[in-house]
Parts: sequence; structure tokens; C-alpha cells
Amino acid sequence: MLELRDISVSVTEEKEVPILKDINLALDKNKIYVMTGPNGGGKSSIAKTIMGIYQPVKGKILLDGIDITEKGITERARLGIGYAFQQPPRFKGLKVRELLALAGKEDLDEQCDLLFDVGLCAQDYIDREINASFSGGELKRIEIATLLARNLNVAVFDEPEAGIDLWSFQKLTETFEHLHEKYNTTLVIISHQERILRLADEVILVSEGRISEITSRENILAEIEKIDFDCRCRKECIKGEIASAECDR
Amino acid sequence: MLNAIDKRLLQEVADLHTIPQGAYNIRKNGQAAGRQSTANIDIVTKAEKPGIDVIIKPGTKGESVHIPVILSESLDDLVYNTFEIGAGSDVLIVAGCGIHNPGSNKSQHDGVHEFFVRKGAKMKYVEKHYGEGSGSGQRILNPKTIIEVEEDGTVELEMIQIKGVDQTKRDTQIRLHKNARLIVSERLLTDLEQNAESNITVELFGEDATAQIISRSVAQDNSRQVFHLSLRGYAKCRGHIQCDSIIMQNAQVSSIPEITAFHSDAELIHEAAIGKIASEQLVKLMTLGLTEEEAETTILQGFLK
Repeated sequence: MLELRDISVSVTEEKEVPILKDINLALDKNKIYVMTGPNGGGKSSIAKTIMGIYQPVKGKILLDGIDITEKGITERARLGIGYAFQQPPRFKGLKVRELLALAGKEDLDEQCDLLFDVGLCAQDYIDREINASFSGGELKRIEIATLLARNLNVAVFDEPEAGIDLWSFQKLTETFEHLHEKYNTTLVIISHQERILRLADEVILVSEGRISEITSRENILAEIEKIDFDCRCRKECIKGEIASAECDR
Repeated sequence: MLNAIDKRLLQEVADLHTIPQGAYNIRKNGQAAGRQSTANIDIVTKAEKPGIDVIIKPGTKGESVHIPVILSESLDDLVYNTFEIGAGSDVLIVAGCGIHNPGSNKSQHDGVHEFFVRKGAKMKYVEKHYGEGSGSGQRILNPKTIIEVEEDGTVELEMIQIKGVDQTKRDTQIRLHKNARLIVSERLLTDLEQNAESNITVELFGEDATAQIISRSVAQDNSRQVFHLSLRGYAKCRGHIQCDSIIMQNAQVSSIPEITAFHSDAELIHEAAIGKIASEQLVKLMTLGLTEEEAETTILQGFLK
């Protein structure tokens, strides 16, 4: 279990600006949490605080009862925390195979399975350098694969669907759904997509640096249903039948 | 005789663990330390100045020539080597210089290598620099490489220098004729107080000649690097320079591009970038469990591969 107790985070530009205020969360093993809310509300900041990229000015973080607040990124990674970046970096000279090996999967067959799980043809990608020739969507999928490569205690995915085409999106939601068949991971997904929300055991609403509500998937979907009542394309959207439509509802 | 230091230097510059297969010429402290010609590859000493002529018969395929130079004492060494790559041949030439300087005097090796790559011939030329030794004596390497590539010839050039050399000035001049192809990959890492300068000029004289230069470097500590990469197109031709540097600590890097077209169908591109390691790259690798130092090493190794 991962617990955030009274966590506050600030960034210092010219002066100290609070970006997270009194965050309290208890995230259980083997559950899927979807974090959603307006842009700039603090979702990615919570993810980065869990990973140790941001250090809190106040509060504690506990992993299975052990205080990890003072631990850095590397130590937290070794304790089984993983974070898939919203905008992952490219690496000139580093091949997909090598990155997956760094993530802990050195076996070629297993690497191929991972790429398949994120909707990439292993044959085409395994020996490619993660350089500027990668599109945003391809990069995102490699990023997701680096997390799936590890048997994690806590896996945080930051808008995994961004830039990914609909066919792969289908594959991706299946991969998330089936993750718990293999691993006992606490899964946190930052997303605005209805189809990801449908996977949630609990939905965490974040806005203005605070957790405004923790609710059930049913509640949030009912709310969306209400908002989208007038949208004629809704059903097709959910089924993934409209390839060109981008809907953030 | 080769001692343990010599063997290590040979391994560093020519990936040789023992005396090489095929043709070779080993130069140690300004003297010949071993030579072998083969049926197709003749190595002869120059009469008028220090150095060798390497003559490869037309049509020689899949053979290699190793010509390492090792310096294990303070010395000022200068050689002129000439290579005749016969028409239609396909060969690998591994040069390189390893310096072990234990003393306080400088060790310097200046090599002038001139290549004639004849019609339709294919040559891969690998040149590695390596320096070591705890003494205060400077380790200096100044190679000059001149390559003439005749019609339909292909040249692949790999130039590698990773640490250990205090001063280096590398001059490379290449002339490409009709339909000749050139690929240059340069890898350089300097640290401490080292200075490195690389000047590459490629002249594309022949129709449909193509040149690609990929230069990647890392400058650490107080080291300085200067790249002057120039393409000159005199015919319908294509050329591309890609020059990427990672800068760290107090290092200094200059990347000076020059592309000149003397023909309206010459297509020449120069790309150059200097920057430090992106912090997102470090953080990403740390989220996989690497320490910051391990992450940095991984990024640099990949970049210089």
C-alpha cells in the first residue's frame, strides 16, 4: 500500500509557489486508480512526488508502512515504484532493446511480448534507436513498455493514451486490465479518457492542487453521461468506431 | 618484441589481442616492430622518407590491413603512409595510435595518410586514438588524412578518440569523383585539460557523389573542442553533415559549419547542435533504478557508440 499523508509541494521560481496542498491518499495493492481533473490541477505533480522527482515541503510518503519521504528517485525505483512520463525523452544511440534491458527485461522473447502488449511490432522496433525518428505516439508506447517490463509495487502512468491511435488504445486498455493477472501492482493512471475511467476501481479528482473528490467509476460515468447527453457521436466514440474523432470528455 | 604495455596499446587501438591475421605493419617507438605482406597486399618501406606504401591489388576482396602505431616512450614521431586501393577491391584498414607516456617529456605522433581508392573499390578505414600514462608528459596526436575516391568508389571512415590524448589536430581532406560514396563517423571524448580540433573538408567533384558526416562528441571538465566541417559541391551531388556535441562542466565546444555549392544541383545540409545532457533523460533512467552516475554513463555511451 502507498500512502500520502498531508503532502504539500512547492516550486520555487521567483518566489515559492505551492502546487500541491495537503494531499492525503491511500492506494491499495491490486487496484486501479484513475486520476482525472482539469489541466494544471496537480495530477502530474502528485505522480512526480510519488516517484521522488518532486520533494514535498510537508507530509510523509509511506510504502507498505515504511517511510520513504527522504528517499531519492533511484531508491524509490529500486523499491518498485515506476512512473511513465507524459512526455518521455528520446535517447540518441540507445536502442529499444537496450532500454528494456535497463528496465530489467533482458530476454528477447519477453521484450517482444512487451512491445506487442503496447501495440508495436517487435521486429520493426527492437533494434531501433530511440531518436528523433520516433513519433510521439511510438515514444509513449515504448515508455509504457519500460514500466510493464518491471514487476512494480506502484506503477504510475501519466496520460498513457496521449498520441496513441485507436487500435493501439484498445490494446492498451486490455493490457492495463490484464496487468493484475500477472502482478500485484497498485496502478495509478492519469487520464481523461472515458474508456480508461471504465477500468477504475476508484476515481481521484484533482484540481487546484488538492484532491477534490474520491469517487466510484459509476458516479463519474453517470456524470459524464449527463454532460454528454446531447452528443450524438458518444456511443461510437466509446466503441472506438470513429477513428478521426478526438474526444476529451 | 612486444611487451605487456605494447599489447594493451595494440588492443586499444586495433582491437588486437595478438599478431593480426592478414597483412600488417606494427610501428613501435619510431621503428618497425613487425610486418607481413600477403599475396594481394604488399607493404613496402618508403625510400625517401619515413613511412610505408601499402599496395592492394585490384579485385582483392574481404582482406584486412592493420597498421597500428604504438609509442611507449617520449618521442617525436612523424610518418608518411600511402595506400593504393586497387580497382574493384573491398578491404578493411585498421590504423590507430596508442601512446603510453610514463615520463615528463612529450610523446608526439604525426601521421600523414594518403589514400587512392580506385574505380569501384570499397574501403573501410578505422582510426582509433588512445593515450595513457601517469607522467606529466603531453600525449599529442596530429593525423592528416587525404583520400581520393575515384568513380563508383565507396569509403567508410571511422575516427575514434576517447580520452587520454592531450592535444590533437585532425585534418581530413576527401575528394569524391563521379558516383563516389562517403560515410564519415567521428566519435570524440575529451576531458581534463585536453584540446581537440577536427577539420574535415569534403569536395564533391563528380556527378551523383554523396557524402554523409556524422560527428558526435562529449566535452568534459576544462577540455576544448573545435569542429570545422566543410562540404564543397562542384556538381550534382548530395552532402549531409550532422554535428552533435554534449557539453559538461567547464568545457568549451565550437562547431563551425561550412557548406559551399558551386553547382545549382548540389544539395548540401549542415546540422549542428551543442547542449548538455537533458535532465529528463537522467531522471528517466533513474526511475528505472540507475544512479545518477550510471544514468550519465549510459547516456554518454549510447551517444558515442
